[in-house]
Amino acid sequence: MIESSLSQMGAALRAKKISSVELTQLYLDRIAQLNPELNAYITTRPEATLAQAKAADARIAAGTAEALTGIPFGQKDIFCAKDWLTTCGSKMLHNFVSPYDAHVISQFNNAGAVNLGKTNMDEFAMGSSNETSHYGSVKNPWDKARVPGGSSGGTASAIAARLCAAATGTDTGGSIRQPAALCGISGLKPTYGVVSRYGMIAFASSLDQAGPMGRNAEDLALMLNTMAGFDERDSTSLQRDKEDYARDLNKPLNGLRIGIPKEFFAEGLGSDVAKAVEAAIAEYKKMGAVIVDISLPNTRLSIPVYYVLAPAEASSNLSRFDGVRYGYRAPEYTDLADMYEKSRAQGFGAEVQRRIMIGTYVLSHGYYDAYYLQAQKIRRLIAQDFVEAYKHCDVIMGPTSPSTAFKLGEKGDDPVQMYLSDIYTIAVNLAGLPGMSIPCGFGDNNMPVGLQIIGNYFDEARMLNVAHQYQLATDWHSRAPQGI
Amino acid sequence: MTWEIVIGLEVHTQLSTNTKIFSGASTAFGAEPNTQADAVSLALPGVLPVLNKGAVERAIKFGLATGAHIAPRSVFARKNYFYPDLPKGYQISQFDLPVVGQGALTIQVEPLSGNAKPYEKTVRITRAHLEEDAGKSVHGESQGVTGVDLNRAGTPLLEIVSEPDMCSAAEAVAYAKALHTLVRWIGICDGNMQEGSFRCDVNVSVRKPGQPLGTRREIKNLNSFKFMQQAIDYEVQWQIDTIENGGKVHQATILFNPDTGETRAMRSKEDAHDYRYFPDPDLLPLEISEEWKEQVRATLPELPHAKQARYVSNYALSPSDAAVLTSSRETADLFEGVVKHLLSQGVGILTSPETPSAEAHAGQFAAKLVANWISGEVSAQLNRDGLDIAQCPITAQQLGGMLTRIADGTISNSGAKEVFRTMWAEGGEADAIIEAKGLKQVSDSGAIEAIVDGVIAANADKVAEYRSGKDKLFGFFVGAAMKASQGKANPAQLNEVLKKKLAG
Repeated sequence: MIESSLSQMGAALRAKKISSVELTQLYLDRIAQLNPELNAYITTRPEATLAQAKAADARIAAGTAEALTGIPFGQKDIFCAKDWLTTCGSKMLHNFVSPYDAHVISQFNNAGAVNLGKTNMDEFAMGSSNETSHYGSVKNPWDKARVPGGSSGGTASAIAARLCAAATGTDTGGSIRQPAALCGISGLKPTYGVVSRYGMIAFASSLDQAGPMGRNAEDLALMLNTMAGFDERDSTSLQRDKEDYARDLNKPLNGLRIGIPKEFFAEGLGSDVAKAVEAAIAEYKKMGAVIVDISLPNTRLSIPVYYVLAPAEASSNLSRFDGVRYGYRAPEYTDLADMYEKSRAQGFGAEVQRRIMIGTYVLSHGYYDAYYLQAQKIRRLIAQDFVEAYKHCDVIMGPTSPSTAFKLGEKGDDPVQMYLSDIYTIAVNLAGLPGMSIPCGFGDNNMPVGLQIIGNYFDEARMLNVAHQYQLATDWHSRAPQGI
Repeated sequence: MTWEIVIGLEVHTQLSTNTKIFSGASTAFGAEPNTQADAVSLALPGVLPVLNKGAVERAIKFGLATGAHIAPRSVFARKNYFYPDLPKGYQISQFDLPVVGQGALTIQVEPLSGNAKPYEKTVRITRAHLEEDAGKSVHGESQGVTGVDLNRAGTPLLEIVSEPDMCSAAEAVAYAKALHTLVRWIGICDGNMQEGSFRCDVNVSVRKPGQPLGTRREIKNLNSFKFMQQAIDYEVQWQIDTIENGGKVHQATILFNPDTGETRAMRSKEDAHDYRYFPDPDLLPLEISEEWKEQVRATLPELPHAKQARYVSNYALSPSDAAVLTSSRETADLFEGVVKHLLSQGVGILTSPETPSAEAHAGQFAAKLVANWISGEVSAQLNRDGLDIAQCPITAQQLGGMLTRIADGTISNSGAKEVFRTMWAEGGEADAIIEAKGLKQVSDSGAIEAIVDGVIAANADKVAEYRSGKDKLFGFFVGAAMKASQGKANPAQLNEVLKKKLAG
C-alpha cells in the first residue's frame, strides 16, 4: 500500500479495502520505527492523528469522501495547525501551540486528509541542508550520513522513507525543489500567489510559496487541487478560477518546446548531475519534445539579489519573535532591552541571526538604495529574462541542484558554499514562477539527481503533464532507498 | 528684538471604522484589556494583514475635503522598531507614497490676546497617510511588571502632516481646531480627544526674520487645545531664552507636562531610530480608481468653509458668527433647521412684499435671530450642563417655534428665556409652555393705556419731576408699568404709550 499513488490509496479507502485508521496506523508504526534515526518529524500526536483517521472513515462510510479523504500526510512545521506545537524549526517557538489553522492545513482538513505530524525543517526555513533546525538535523534515507536538503528536509526525508503518503513543503529559494532532488522525490513550487500564505510562518513574504511534495507528479496534482485557491486572508493570494491541475496529465508531449538555459550548465555543475539531466532531456526528445537553446543572462545575479531581499524581509518578519507575547523568553534579564537581546540571542540559531543582521544592514539608512532598491531592480531584470525566454519555449529544464546530497556537516562552516546549492532554484522565486523537481537518475555516489522543470506563470498543469509523461516512461520516481 | 515662530503639526486621527485597519477585530474604546486582540492584533506567527476599505474611503474623503491629490497608487511600508505595544516589531504605515498628497485648509484665527481682529489663513497640508495604531503599555497595575493591552493595536489612523505655515500658538490652535471640526464634519473620526482619537504632535522652531529655519523640537501627543497653546507658549519662550543666552536648540522630541506647564526632552536626535522603512510585501499597492474617488465624493457633505462663505453672503452674518455656527456639523444643522422653520412661518417677511429683497431680508433677519440664540443661550446652557452640541436636548423645531413667538411679539425676550429654560429641562413646544405659564405679552393698547394711567395716577409727584426735566425718571415709570402688567406688557408698546402720556 505504501508504494501506491494517492489516487490508488483513495480508491482503496473508498472501496473499503483498507480503513484510514489502518493505513494511518501503518504509517505511525513506520514513524515510530524509523523516525528516531531519520528525525524527519518534530512532532507527532498519534491520538489526534488517529481521531482524524476515524473521522475520515466515518466520512468514507457516509459516502462523502473526497480524493484525499483518509490519506495520511505530513505537514511541514512552518504551517500553524490548531492544537499542534508549531515550531518552525526554532527554539524561539519551542512552546508555541497554535490556536489556529493555516489555510493549507484547513484545506487538507476540509478534504478529510489525516495529519501524521509536523515535519522537521531548517530554522525559519533558512537553510539548504536541514542542519539549522533546533530539533536536530534530518538524515537522508538514501545515505544517513548525508543531508536531505532544505529547508523542507523533513518532508523530503519522510516521503523518501515512506513515513507518509505525501507531505507539504514551502519554497522561498528552492526549499521544495532542492530537498526533493536530494531525496529522489517530486516537488512543486506553484506560481507565487496560487497557494495562500495565511498561517504559514513568514520567512521572506514576497518569495514564500507553499507547495506539494510527493512520490510522483500525479500525486502533486491531486494535492495542489486541494491546496490552491483564492483566500481573502492573504492579500497576495490570486483571485483565479479553480482549476483541475490533473486535467492535462495524459497529454502527449509532441512538439513541446523545452528551453535549456546555457547558464544552468556552466561551471559549478557536478558532472554526474549534468549527465543525469542530459539523459532526461534526451528522453524528452524521444517523446517528441523539441530542444531550444535559451539564455537567462541575469540569473547569475540571483544569489546576491536573493541574499539582499530575503534577509531584508526576514529581518522584519522575525521581529515579532520578541519574547513578549509567546514563544521563548530568556529566563533572566535586567530590563526591556536586555529581555529582547537575550531572548532573541538565545532563541534564534546562528543562521537566522546572520540573516537578520544582513537584512537589518541592507535596510539601514544610507544603504537602502545601494542594496535593497538595487536588488529590486535586478529582480525585475531576472523576471524579464524569463518573459523573453518563454517567447521561444513552453517549459525550461535544467538541474535542480549543482550536486547530489552532501555529507552532514560538510558545508556547515561555509555559508556561501551552502547558499550556492540553491543557484538554479532562486531565480524562479525571484520571478514568482512555478518550478518543480522530479527524480531523473543517480549520481556518482548513488544519490538521487533532480530534474528541474520551470513553467510560465500559472502553467502548473502543463508542468505536471510534462513530469507525468516522463514518469510514465521512466521509473526513477518509484525507486526507494534500501533499508526502509 | 523680534523672533519669528514657525510651527507645523502632525495630527493622528483615529478613523471611525468598526474594525481594525488590517483585521476584523473591533475598534470600540474601553473594552477589557486584550479582548479585542485577535490573531492579527497579537501578531501570531503566520497571520497576514488585509486592508480595511472603510479606512481607505475615510482617507479619500479627507483628501477630497482638503482639495488634495488622491494618489491613484500608494504603498504601505513597514516602520521597524521594537516596543512591547508594537506586536509585529513594525508598524504598517505609508512612507514615500502616501494616499493623500498636498492639500490645504483655510482657518479662522482668533488672536489669543490684545485687540487684534480675527483673520483668515490658509494652511498647506503636506500629506496624509494611513497607518495602524500601536497598543498600550500599562504600567503600575502590579508590582514591577508592565502590562500590554493590544485592543488599540491596529486601529486605523490617518496621520495628517502640515507645512510649517503657522506662526503663533493661536494659529496652531486654530488649525488644530479646524482640522478637528473637519474630520468630525466629514464623519471620518469621532474627535474624542480624551480617548486619544485626535492627537497632535507640534513642531516648533524660532528664527530671526529673513534667516533660514531654526532647529525644531517636536512636542509629542498633545490631546487638548489648551495644552497645545500652553506647550507652544512655553516652548517658544524656552527656545528664545536658550538662544539669547548663547545656547543652541538641538533637535529633539519633547513632552509637555500639564501639571508644571513645562516641556522636557524625551529623546534627542542622536538616539533617533533608524526605522528601516521598506514596502510591506504582505500588501499590494493601494490602487484608487477615478470611479472609487467619485463614489466617495458623492458622499461628502457641504464643507465648513463653504458653509461659512454661504452664511456670510446669503445671511450677511459676520465671519466670526459664521465660524461659530460651523464649528460642528450639528451646530450648522441646528442653525439651518431653525432658520428654515422661521422662514416657513413667515418670520421676517416684510409687510410690503413688492420690496425686491424681501426674501433676502427675511433670511437675514431670521439668521441673525437664530445665530444670537445659538451662540448665546444654547451655547451657555450646553456649557452649564457639560453637554456637546450633539447632545443638545432642544430640536430645531422647538427652538424655531419659540423664536417665531419672539418675532411675532407674543413673548418678550425675558419671557422667551423662561420658555427656553422650561423647554430645556422638561421638553415641550413653545406655544404650550407660553399658554401654561401665562407668558403671553399684553399688546392690547387699551389694556396698556389703562396700566400706564394707573401708574401715572399713583405717582403724581414723580410725574411732576419728570415733566420739569428729570428725564432719568423714565426708567422708573417703565419698571413700575411692567411690574403692574406682571411683566407681560409688550415693551415697545409700553414705552410708546408712556412717552405719550408723560408728555401730557
